Amino acid sequence: MTFFIVRRLLLIIPLFFILSIVSFVIIQLPPGDYLTVYIEQLRRSGALVDEASIARLVKEYGLDQPIYKQYFIWMKNIITQGNFGRSLQWNKPINELIGERLSLSVLLSVLSIILTWFIGIPIGIYSAIRQYSAFDYIFTFFGFIGLSIPSFLLALIIIWLVYSRFGLMITGLFSQAYADAPWTLAKVIDMFKHVWVPVLIIGMSGTAGLIRTMRANLLDELRKQYVIVARAKGLPERKLLFKYPVRIAINPMISTIGWMLPSIFSGETIVSIVLNLPTMGPLFMQALLAQDMYLAGSFVLIISFLTLLGTLISDILLAWIDPRIRYENVGGS
Amino acid sequence: MADHKDLSDTDYINEKEEIEEIWLASQWKLIWWKFRRHKLAIFSLCVIILLYILVLFCEFIAPYEPWRRFEDYKNAPPQIINIYSKGSGLQRPFVYGMKQEFNMETFRRTFVKDTTEKYYLHFFVRGDPYKLWGLFPGNIHLFGSEEGPVFLFGTDELGRDLFSRVVYGARISLTIGLVGVFISFLLGIILGGISGYLGGTFDEIIQRTIDFLMSIPSIPLWMALSAAVPRDWPVTRTYFTITIILSIIGWCGLARVVRGKLLSLREEDFTMAARLAGASEWRIITRHLLPSFTSHLIVSITLSIPGMILGETSLSFLGLGLQPPAISWGVLLQDAQQVIAVAHYPWRLIPALFVIITVLTFNFLGDGLRDAADPYAR
Repeated sequence: MTFFIVRRLLLIIPLFFILSIVSFVIIQLPPGDYLTVYIEQLRRSGALVDEASIARLVKEYGLDQPIYKQYFIWMKNIITQGNFGRSLQWNKPINELIGERLSLSVLLSVLSIILTWFIGIPIGIYSAIRQYSAFDYIFTFFGFIGLSIPSFLLALIIIWLVYSRFGLMITGLFSQAYADAPWTLAKVIDMFKHVWVPVLIIGMSGTAGLIRTMRANLLDELRKQYVIVARAKGLPERKLLFKYPVRIAINPMISTIGWMLPSIFSGETIVSIVLNLPTMGPLFMQALLAQDMYLAGSFVLIISFLTLLGTLISDILLAWIDPRIRYENVGGS
Repeated sequence: MADHKDLSDTDYINEKEEIEEIWLASQWKLIWWKFRRHKLAIFSLCVIILLYILVLFCEFIAPYEPWRRFEDYKNAPPQIINIYSKGSGLQRPFVYGMKQEFNMETFRRTFVKDTTEKYYLHFFVRGDPYKLWGLFPGNIHLFGSEEGPVFLFGTDELGRDLFSRVVYGARISLTIGLVGVFISFLLGIILGGISGYLGGTFDEIIQRTIDFLMSIPSIPLWMALSAAVPRDWPVTRTYFTITIILSIIGWCGLARVVRGKLLSLREEDFTMAARLAGASEWRIITRHLLPSFTSHLIVSITLSIPGMILGETSLSFLGLGLQPPAISWGVLLQDAQQVIAVAHYPWRLIPALFVIITVLTFNFLGDGLRDAADPYAR
């Protein structure tokens, strides 16, 4: 087990390296040197262009040096100091900008996954044991709709419906009173009043997928002979169900966390832009529009890295929960 | 392939059909027989065909030129087609005219139905000139009215007919899925083929690349890449760039299907037989292996089209994809970004309905095809 975990952890390093290159390519993609863009922006807004601060920026990013050196400077700052650089649009360190928003993004995503499981698994179990019942059909139908409606359109439609019916704006994550307030218990409580709408929207397509997988897995298990034997021996139906088939059917779902994460993060990004949440999405969007590329590239790097970590955790979890998996093989293919 | 014993107990054949017919039927015939029992998939196929007819003949089907501004009808609501009116009874379909009123409570201009004016609808009406496919000039439109403007889906804030715009938008939104899937398909089949057939180092490199690409959240990556597309590029150039951006992740799924199938098929007896008979590698791949999993490929292709369409819609909706004056469903949805505007003019969400219908029907079709793809399986 330890060997397996260490192996997986070591595998993260080359992946992080490739990710950082991809992110750096994204930073370099827009035409033109970003400092020139920045200076032009300053000129347009009428501000005085301060030679000293430009010289400082050139030095900080190594802009007078070849591109690969710029990459190494960027990477060195991230690895040694956890410093992602400076956002030109906000004129603040990126770490400062991202910190709170990133934790809120992660919180939303994690809540969405938990909700997905809490809704998806019981419904999946129900649909499997009452196959072809009225509720099974209803859930299957909603599952299809849930898989087909993209989350940002769902968000649009829901805010429109709520606004036109009840006159309520369900955008944002806090009431006005708390929006800029420091973190207090009251603010946390206020957030948990608002957090459900985005969490439900982000989690919907995942939930729909989970219901279908859980139902299919459990149906496969229920047809197996050991279930018939157990039933013939007079095991109570409830005990029979939860003791073996459900446990076996849940195992493959744990590995789905790995591939759910990219889509959850994707969904979170676009839904939070539509709902205007104080998370990473809107900041990333603004950064892209303003071509504040170091901020945008850092976001891509962080979000992809978190996905890698999540996949790693789900692999370890799977190996831990399902004793049938041999550790040597999990990391391999 | 599968031996004929499997066929004797298939349950999907219509009772009336002679058993002998099954024995003689080709693989594609069996697939078709199985597919047509899937009613929802057949229905979806019809809807998809209708949508692509819109794409082909959008100049003819749209009643107006999509950029034409009706200055007197800004933010006009959709008109309802009537066939009955008090007094004159049943008659040719018509819409009522509209007049503007100033609402003193909300201080907004609103349109109300003007029952004194009726615009009768006719088929094949002469209207705005166009060039079909940029080649054939014409001015006949599927329907329209000579008496006054007809807005089936209302107008936007510049007074442009939303119905015409949705019809034109289908051209970009629906073809980007096809073009994107075509590019992904080429990449997927080449790289997946190399990976599955040659194996070894190639396989390892390609598989790791796929794992890596699939672990990056797609929307942030697409957003970052398309933000780098210069705003002043011509529409066609942006269109193809966006398609390529969408395909960067799109090919992975297809490559996996191709590789998996090749891996299992190259162990089959008929591959060995072909090799013993002296067939070249190329011939084995193209004549023996590819045809055996074409049906599976069609399924994966069908199921990956909606993802592409949604990708374009999300990017354009955010303002990072295609830019106006280009028209796609995503571009049209940009008008729906403000909740308050949507509350006043809910017809701005109509393009969303089209997106959802498209994605749903492609999913149903893919589902039906998947069940039919392997007619020898039970």
